[in-house]
Amino acid sequence: MAERVTAARPRRARLSPAARRFLRNRGAVVGLALTVLLVLAAVLAPWLAPYAPDAQDLRSRLRPPSPEHWFGTDEFGRDVLSRVLFGARISLLTGLVPVITGLVVGTSLGLLAGFYRGWLDDVLMRVMDVLLAFPSLLLALAVVGTLGPGMVNAVIAVAIVSVPGYARLARSVVLAAREEEYVHAARALGAHDPRLMLKHVLPATLGPLTVQATLGIGFAILSMAGLSFLGLGVQPPTSDWGEMLSRGRRFLPGSSWLLLYPGAAISLTVLAFNLLGDGLRDAFDPRD
Amino acid sequence: MLVYVAKRLLGLVPVLLGVVLLVFSMLWLAPGDPVIALLGESAQGISARQVEELRRAYGLDRGFLEQFVDYLGDVLRLDLGTSLRSSQSVTSEVLSRFPATLALAGSAMAIAILVGGAFGVLAAVYKGTWIDSVAIVVALLGVSVPVFWSGLILMLVFALQLGWLPASGSGTWRHLVMPAAAVGFSSAAFIARVTRASLIEALRQDFVRTARAKGLNESRVRLKHALKNALLPVVTVVGLQFGGLLGGAVLTETVFAWPGVGRLLVDAIRSRDMPLVQGSVLFCAVAFILVNLLVDLSYAALNPKVRYG
Repeated sequence: MAERVTAARPRRARLSPAARRFLRNRGAVVGLALTVLLVLAAVLAPWLAPYAPDAQDLRSRLRPPSPEHWFGTDEFGRDVLSRVLFGARISLLTGLVPVITGLVVGTSLGLLAGFYRGWLDDVLMRVMDVLLAFPSLLLALAVVGTLGPGMVNAVIAVAIVSVPGYARLARSVVLAAREEEYVHAARALGAHDPRLMLKHVLPATLGPLTVQATLGIGFAILSMAGLSFLGLGVQPPTSDWGEMLSRGRRFLPGSSWLLLYPGAAISLTVLAFNLLGDGLRDAFDPRD
Repeated sequence: MLVYVAKRLLGLVPVLLGVVLLVFSMLWLAPGDPVIALLGESAQGISARQVEELRRAYGLDRGFLEQFVDYLGDVLRLDLGTSLRSSQSVTSEVLSRFPATLALAGSAMAIAILVGGAFGVLAAVYKGTWIDSVAIVVALLGVSVPVFWSGLILMLVFALQLGWLPASGSGTWRHLVMPAAAVGFSSAAFIARVTRASLIEALRQDFVRTARAKGLNESRVRLKHALKNALLPVVTVVGLQFGGLLGGAVLTETVFAWPGVGRLLVDAIRSRDMPLVQGSVLFCAVAFILVNLLVDLSYAALNPKVRYG
């Protein structure tokens, strides 16, 4: 009996204080649960969706929600529920790709700027200042205006918009980390710059950057949906929530379901990542 | 204070130069030939000889730097080029749309400050109660719900179903109500979050305890002592939101067919009108930078630590 008690204890103790703070935060847990559900819906879309997302049935055009079509049908008779489910794939993908790209590029620039300082830091940070001088959606529109409308270009645009935030954050953490004793010790032991940066300094940036990136996914999904809504992002016939809203508004007020479900899906997804990001921030930085 | 203003103005010069350089580079970064990019849709069916002639006529055969200096000179003279679509001056096109954008941004910010400020203060004062929980949830929804969706829902309910307000267009104050409410709700959420956090922080400070110890009325302590000190971060967010709206109310302007600069930009992108895209982007970015400068200066005026720091 005593053995069982001692065996159970270390398992509970394995949860870090940050994880325990995260799990005590109701909003964070709701955010995590919603995110898991969304990812499952996206992954399992081919099995969950009652119809193929682009299967047209012109005899059932613009049908309101019914037992056959829970979320109704659109102007081509396509099942809105199936399109919303498949839209989760596009939204999560086009939300994640720019964040990962922006994170990799921004962190690399911030790492170089903070580690080497001097002229490299000056040049890189002035470039970031210029990018930050634009409101984010305006910068995304400028990039799409340059490269032309389309999903790939919109993803590039949102990635570029997110780079300065990660670069500045990574640089600020690196500036502090490079002065830590363990970095000086590693240098004294003969570690070269790339090793110092990647093995000793970079890990210090991972916590704050993870929080920023999680909050960034919500922003990226909103931006992508906005660009698609304007007709500059994901193009038809791909199932995308922003594009569905853009087309659905033409059939108001009669077919309000075309508006309700894709919009609710975007809001719920962004809410999930915002809750998750807020929860992670509070867990890692309990001062607030 | 004058030294601070001069420093901030000088600091703006490289940023503004960088912004102009970036906007100028859009033509060069566009895939394909800059002449084709500049011609937009009218480039279809054009011969190689005509392209070369136009390249010389537009001065695009010169070096990048030489062209940039010329462009900078034009920008300083407020000449942003000629729109391909309307053959009108880009400057006059953008300026003719600016009052509509300013009206939308101004009224949206008024709503945002009133609603967001009130929610933020209530949430901070009643921290941990159901009022705080409601305010947090509403603020979270405000930052998560896309502004074009909330705009469409407002349109569906108040224009198409109840018929109380016009669904789109401009001309009267009634046209402004829904776009301003949609944008205002979204900005209010940010303001509420910052006001709440900042006021909670201020209420913990020693001067608040001192004010209470002096026997001051609680509402006076909260509103006069704490709120006044909590306002600095709020001013920053208000400024950022307002600056963003001057160029970023694109989505709402599109939903309600509001004739602002944002919609002009989207139409220009769709019709590949490169000079109009560049001009609108530059105008909005400069407006954003100038609003941020004003915020910084007001920050310095409110907080002596900033100007002497």
